Amino acid sequence: MAYPADRKYTKEHEWVMVDGGSATVGITNYAQESLGDIVFVDLPKVGSEISAGKMFGTVESVKAVSDLYAPVSGTVSGVNDSLATAPEAVNKDAHASWMLKITLKDAVEMNALLSAADYEKFVAEEAGK
Amino acid sequence: MSVVEASAPTVRKTSLNAVHRQMGAKMVEFNGWDMPVEYPCSGGIVAEHMAVRTGVGIFDVSHMGDIRLVGPQALAAVQYVSMNDASRLTIGQAQYSALLYPQGTFVDDVIVHRLGEGDYLLVINAGTREKDFAWVRDNTRQFDCKVTDLSDDYTQIAIQGPKAHLLLQKLTDANLSAVKNYWFTHGTVCGLKNVLIGRTGYTGEDGFEIYVPSDDATSVMVWNKVLEAGQEFGVVACGLGARNTLRLESKMPLYGHEISDTINVWEACLDRFCKMEKADFIGRAALEKAKAAGVAKTLVGLEMTGRGIARDEYRVLDTTGAVIGYVTSGSPSPFLKKNIGLAYVPPQLAALGTPLQVEVRGQGVAAIVVPTPFYKRPKI
Repeated sequence: MAYPADRKYTKEHEWVMVDGGSATVGITNYAQESLGDIVFVDLPKVGSEISAGKMFGTVESVKAVSDLYAPVSGTVSGVNDSLATAPEAVNKDAHASWMLKITLKDAVEMNALLSAADYEKFVAEEAGK
Repeated sequence: MSVVEASAPTVRKTSLNAVHRQMGAKMVEFNGWDMPVEYPCSGGIVAEHMAVRTGVGIFDVSHMGDIRLVGPQALAAVQYVSMNDASRLTIGQAQYSALLYPQGTFVDDVIVHRLGEGDYLLVINAGTREKDFAWVRDNTRQFDCKVTDLSDDYTQIAIQGPKAHLLLQKLTDANLSAVKNYWFTHGTVCGLKNVLIGRTGYTGEDGFEIYVPSDDATSVMVWNKVLEAGQEFGVVACGLGARNTLRLESKMPLYGHEISDTINVWEACLDRFCKMEKADFIGRAALEKAKAAGVAKTLVGLEMTGRGIARDEYRVLDTTGAVIGYVTSGSPSPFLKKNIGLAYVPPQLAALGTPLQVEVRGQGVAAIVVPTPFYKRPKI
């Protein structure tokens, strides 16, 4: 699986794509593969404040519950409501199924995230464990 | 470090372990066993579940254990350590039963097979193998019968689903249509003579469980032949994930969840498998008292009416938010496309239609008491 280089990644298996002062967040293909059939996505409301490293939502598969951690801090400016009724879209294409749009509080936080190449290396290590 | 971890001596493997890994199964540790939870090549849990409901799926259940009791007093021994009435069994017949502690709580649930005159086979759970064998051996010493642990002798493969009989019939000379539900026979399977074939399972669907010699070569040969013979029926390999959702829809208990050493027979609503009128058995006296006293909790089916999924051990609340019970098993139901769960609640809140809540991440989510089993297979 090639991880697109147009975005950054976290060790909690989220991706973040920045466009000006706004960031789009989703979970990675590795995350959806590990979870299996995704049946439920619980996301914060537009206007909520989220902070880097803190839990902001939940994604559930048939067998597992997994918390979502904010990769960066900011204010939620958009939520992908279609995932409430069609969460399986994340299984079909995790990198196209965004979850949140965030107005960034501090763009410098992006520097702490992994590049596609580094994330791929990290995932390979995880899979080998 | 992967090599070291993979060969850690504490995790046990079935003879089919290498096959599961070759197939790309996601493996998990279950009760000390390294077992497949789902197979991406089968399409994952939901696809595996649906295959069993509508076609056929196969499971490696070799982690289950087997105890054989043979001797002139084997029946008396079985009667004493189990709650169902084994004297009703004809040779070739099996029954659901349980081993009980003197308190009327569960050592384990078992399937008792009457293999012959004075010859019984108990099929037991993986996580309770050693405990069960020691329990049966130690509590049957006064009977003239030999108790043997055959757990490592068999590779047990479950072939489950409405097309299971079509699949298995291709591989055996035994006339499967003559084997009724919860009966078994012996026949040649994949060229192996005298294989035990039971019309049993843990999915709520029609199906069979076969017991073949546990050496790797034989186990792999049979597994592959079953998959090959099942191709025309769309067979898929299924893991413990689908096994759990299938048994939950059918309200079949899982040890450590619906039944345990702190839950008694009446609470678990397994009355119809407990024969108080037969001769004395371990647990009987306590159960008599417990019946007179009445139960403090009872097992009910819940369906989530609010947005949220009940999970094992989540708390159950009444409509005011007070904690009144807990979920024993909770999951999305792949077949019913609802979120369901089994839970222990006080009897006064167990009536069908009672509105309750399940606490999901600190929030009460609406649920309702519904009839069980959640799923019952259509009568043919």
